Parts: sequence; structure tokens; C-alpha cells
Amino acid sequence: MGSEEESAVKEPLDLIRLSLDERIYVKLRHDRELRGKLHAYDQHLNMILGDVEETVTTVEIDDETYEEIVRNTKRIVPFLFVRGDGVILVAPPLRTS
Amino acid sequence: MLFFSYFKDLVGREVTVELKNDLAIRGTLHSVDQYLNIKLENTRVIDQEKYPHMLSVRNCFIRGSVVRYVQLPPDGVDVELLHDATRREARGG
Repeated sequence: MGSEEESAVKEPLDLIRLSLDERIYVKLRHDRELRGKLHAYDQHLNMILGDVEETVTTVEIDDETYEEIVRNTKRIVPFLFVRGDGVILVAPPLRTS
Repeated sequence: MLFFSYFKDLVGREVTVELKNDLAIRGTLHSVDQYLNIKLENTRVIDQEKYPHMLSVRNCFIRGSVVRYVQLPPDGVDVELLHDATRREARGG
């Protein structure tokens, strides 16, 4: 077979590069999510995001009814550095609420 | 080295460091190193009632690995510069 080099094989990090200056969705450890504009990242997935909304999801269990109460706590931060060791996944924004 | 350079340029600015244990510390960025360890000056804890044990601390060293977020000043960056630096840096290992 020919030894044609396929330089089109993209690393996952190259796919993230496509999202620079675009809004992205980031899933973090401990039930946290971020939605913001990607300004910078590195190979550790350290990132700088702009106009970020953080969502923290907690589940409380009622003592009597044992029902699960899901709470979403949101806050907005204009400019945020995120340490990469907390990142689970990076994606284009989901088209849900 | 991208973020190391970025934080070096931010020395002297006010930032809020949020740790993995949910403690948030606001202070002036004094220095940073390659591990993104951070030294803050003139620190005060956010929500001091909840975390009284650092009331008298004014300067601190924070190990980089315990940081979850650093809240940055909105005018603390040139986004174009960041985009260019990222494109150059993230060429894979």
C-alpha cells in the first residue's frame, strides 16, 4: 500500500480549537456545568471562559416522603479561569433549557 | 505555559480564587509559578461568617492543584491575544 500520510486525522484537542471564540458547554466534576465563550485552553484543558453561567445541581432527599428534590443553582461570572483537572467534557452548547 | 504567561501578566490585579473545598478568597495576585501555584496579598475570604478560620490571614500561598476557578477582572485580558496564543500552543503533545 502507499505510505500516504493522512494529516487530516484530528486529535480531540484540534476539535476543541474549532470552538475558540464560540460558546461551549463544559461538564465538570461534582455535578457542575458551565456555559460560556471559549477564549483559551491548553492540553490540560485549563480554560478561560467569558460570560459564563455556572449551574450546580444538588439532590436533596426529603426525610419523610423520601422524594428527591433536584435544585439547580446558577450564577454568572464575566470572566473565569477553569482548572483542567475538574473538566469531564467539552461540547457545543446543548439545545435544551 | 500559556496560562503561566497569562497569570504573570495579571500580577497586581484583584482576583477571586475559588478552591475545590468551596472556599473563595479574594486578593491581589502577587505571583504565580509554572504549576499555577498562586500567592495572594491583602486577602479576604468571601462569606467570612461561614469560614471564620481565615479571618486574620492577609497573605497566602495556594497550591495550584486545589484551585477550581479563578474569577478574573472583566478587563483583565485581550481576548484576541488569548485566541492567538491558544492556536499556537494547543498543537497537541
